[in-house]
Amino acid sequence: MTGVGKLIRLILRRDRVIMPIWVLVFGLLPAGYYSSFQGLFPTDAERIQYATVSADNAGFVALYGLLKGDSFAVLTNWRAGFVPVMIGLVALLTVIRHTRVDEEAGRTELIGSTVTGRHAPLAAALITTVGACTVLGLLTFAVMAGQSGSTSGSLAFGAELAASGWIFAAVAAITAQLTSSARAARSIAIVALGVSYALRVGGDISALGTGGLSWLSWVSPLGWVTRIFPYGPLNWWPVVLSVLLSVVAVGVAVYLRGLRDLGDGLFAARLGRASAAASLSTPLALAWRLHRGLLVGWTVGLGLLGLIFGGVGGSVLDIAQDNKGLTDIFARLGGSSQLVNSYFAGTAGIVGLIAACYAVQATLRLRDEETTGHAEAVLATSVSRFAWAGSHLLFSLLGPALALFAEGLVSGLVSTSGNFGDILGGVLLQLPAVWVLASVAVLLFGVLPRWSLVAWAAPAACLLILLVGETLQLSQWLLDLSPFTHIPHLPGGDFSATPVITLIAVAVVVGAVGLVGLRRRNIPD
Amino acid sequence: MTEAIEAEGLIKRFGKVSALDGLDLSVETGEVHGFLGPNGAGKTTTIRILLGLMRHDGGKVSLLGGDPWSSATALHRRLAYVPGDVTLWPNLTGGEVIDLLGRLRGGLDPSRKDELLERFQLDPRKKGRTYSKGNRQKVALVAALASDVELLVLDEPTSGLDPLMEEVFREVILQEKRRGDRTVLLSSHILAEVEALCDRLTIIREGRTVETGTLDQMRHLTRTSIQAELTGPPDGLATMAGVHDLRTDNGKVRFDVDTDALEPALQTLVKVGVRSLVSQPPSLEELFLRQYQKDELPKAELPKAELPKDVR
Repeated sequence: MTGVGKLIRLILRRDRVIMPIWVLVFGLLPAGYYSSFQGLFPTDAERIQYATVSADNAGFVALYGLLKGDSFAVLTNWRAGFVPVMIGLVALLTVIRHTRVDEEAGRTELIGSTVTGRHAPLAAALITTVGACTVLGLLTFAVMAGQSGSTSGSLAFGAELAASGWIFAAVAAITAQLTSSARAARSIAIVALGVSYALRVGGDISALGTGGLSWLSWVSPLGWVTRIFPYGPLNWWPVVLSVLLSVVAVGVAVYLRGLRDLGDGLFAARLGRASAAASLSTPLALAWRLHRGLLVGWTVGLGLLGLIFGGVGGSVLDIAQDNKGLTDIFARLGGSSQLVNSYFAGTAGIVGLIAACYAVQATLRLRDEETTGHAEAVLATSVSRFAWAGSHLLFSLLGPALALFAEGLVSGLVSTSGNFGDILGGVLLQLPAVWVLASVAVLLFGVLPRWSLVAWAAPAACLLILLVGETLQLSQWLLDLSPFTHIPHLPGGDFSATPVITLIAVAVVVGAVGLVGLRRRNIPD
Repeated sequence: MTEAIEAEGLIKRFGKVSALDGLDLSVETGEVHGFLGPNGAGKTTTIRILLGLMRHDGGKVSLLGGDPWSSATALHRRLAYVPGDVTLWPNLTGGEVIDLLGRLRGGLDPSRKDELLERFQLDPRKKGRTYSKGNRQKVALVAALASDVELLVLDEPTSGLDPLMEEVFREVILQEKRRGDRTVLLSSHILAEVEALCDRLTIIREGRTVETGTLDQMRHLTRTSIQAELTGPPDGLATMAGVHDLRTDNGKVRFDVDTDALEPALQTLVKVGVRSLVSQPPSLEELFLRQYQKDELPKAELPKAELPKDVR
């Protein structure tokens, strides 16, 4: 354990920006929910109505957990039900980053040759991560105690958030011992988090009905922490269970670390194919190998979002009927008078923006390939620049189409209100705007390659325009900058082909200029 | 003989920085041509221009009889390239990368591939991210050498290889050489390698060609070291043209002599009377260092030129 202090300082130095950010954001998020609920529900009747409807809504329960009570504090804690998942994710990523990533990169070897104990890197990573989660919990305790007036409840709320971080930091400490690849260690830990979430969702949804499977939630650490109910029927047992699990997991990790050599995993690295499949012989086949993970991830992710948006769609009317604030919000998002239609038109816009992020990310893979030197290897063969770029762009154009289709399909099927075809159509209609943002990334990559990352500014600006555009009464030309402004609002609005054709034409022209730039420039630049 | 690579007065600028400043390079078909120069001299930039990855700003360049920029794709079918710093896709195995690059180039010889894998002792089943630098280098080498191409462009191909594997590399290149129809452009820092493999070589510095020719021609530019025990005083030697760093000590003399002045210098010694004589032939090492640090380069930068690329 020698040298732990120094390693802790090293971690704090390396994470001096990112760690305070996540501690502050997640620690203060509940306070934000509290005040937004206060603004949203000026009267008791509205708030109680919202709580009653939400408690029975399967989509809400799946996302946030069970709702027991109707006070502002209870609603805040319930609405923050997804935050433990986020904290667990950050905690496990932090631990892997300072254990297996360093070990794989050879940095641990460098450190291990100085005066540090064998367990010091693991100990330092755990102490800082667990410490950061504890500070986060204390932050939530402090601000929530002030807002809700309940000290014991707020303490339990803080413990709920901190404990979710502790557990997954300890889980990551174990997975970091299993494989020699950081990527695999990270994947196993994330799968553990995902399974834990899925078990909680299953148990909680079952609890809404007959309750036959509600025990599933008690198999999941995420189920435990959402069953503390800080401001309702307060239960401290889950906190005790979480601490016990964390301690045992850390013990297992330390034991496993003792069994292996530096750089090794308990599982030997898996060997792959000795020669390529016959199909791996074109730039397109290579692009498929490089993009398929992204494609599957985004498609499944947007499909899940469709489950939530579609599920919630059924109770939009119930929730919003008596609430002026919510009606306004949906009207702002969609601009149509019909509430359900405007809800789905509004979510379509949000989904479109998310798909645009995928399009930008997939396009920027080209730049990654260039900076890592992979592009040089491919372009020194008889593959032309157009064929190389084109095979990647196929995925940045059609990938988002598939992901949008998944969202529209699932939300249309799940929703009990609204027309299936209209919902799916409204989502797919976002595609031209998505392509425009992808073409901006192509333009930067082709003409100003060193500024490629600026392509992310485009979806960020569109999000800003969507969120605050109408509220701040921005002038129309500013709103028009976002391609999403021009997309017809469906379902509910009037369809017009002109903006759709215009946006596609813009995307083609902008993308073509980028490709010409790519043909003429140095690689690597 | 025809020229596989012909570059004349090549100029390349990156903004205000001039990377190539009138570089000449001529590689004949069927030869192994050494391409030497200190780090930052412009070797990789030249290679990238030859591969059509970068466009030159001035001068003339032709590769396998074509324009490397405008007919890049067609020319690339006839060549294979090993970059100086090989990076592999982390989720593809070494074997997959070898096959893929070979197929993108227009096909590779499977039995030749197996033979090379065997000789380089490379496990093709490992994923790209798990290979060490030397093994990544081997993946690129096997992919290039197993392709049936006219021209091999190798940018410091042995950096990261252990001495045993360097030896294998030399054997393989010598084998290629015997075929007679393959041209190799070999950028390298390892003089023994250049000496063992290359027919001709070009030394560049600060984007310009400073020397080009066969090894023998180059040796003419270097000095032989002489140590002799004489029976009398070395009269006339000190004033002789081409004799450098003369030191006399109790009947013993030591000096360096230019290759042209070797004969008159020896005649002078014989006239005086020689009891014993040791001569050291000119080494490429010496030539290399002299070219690298010539005139304007300050002495302090000398060790830098000796460092292999991967130490940076």
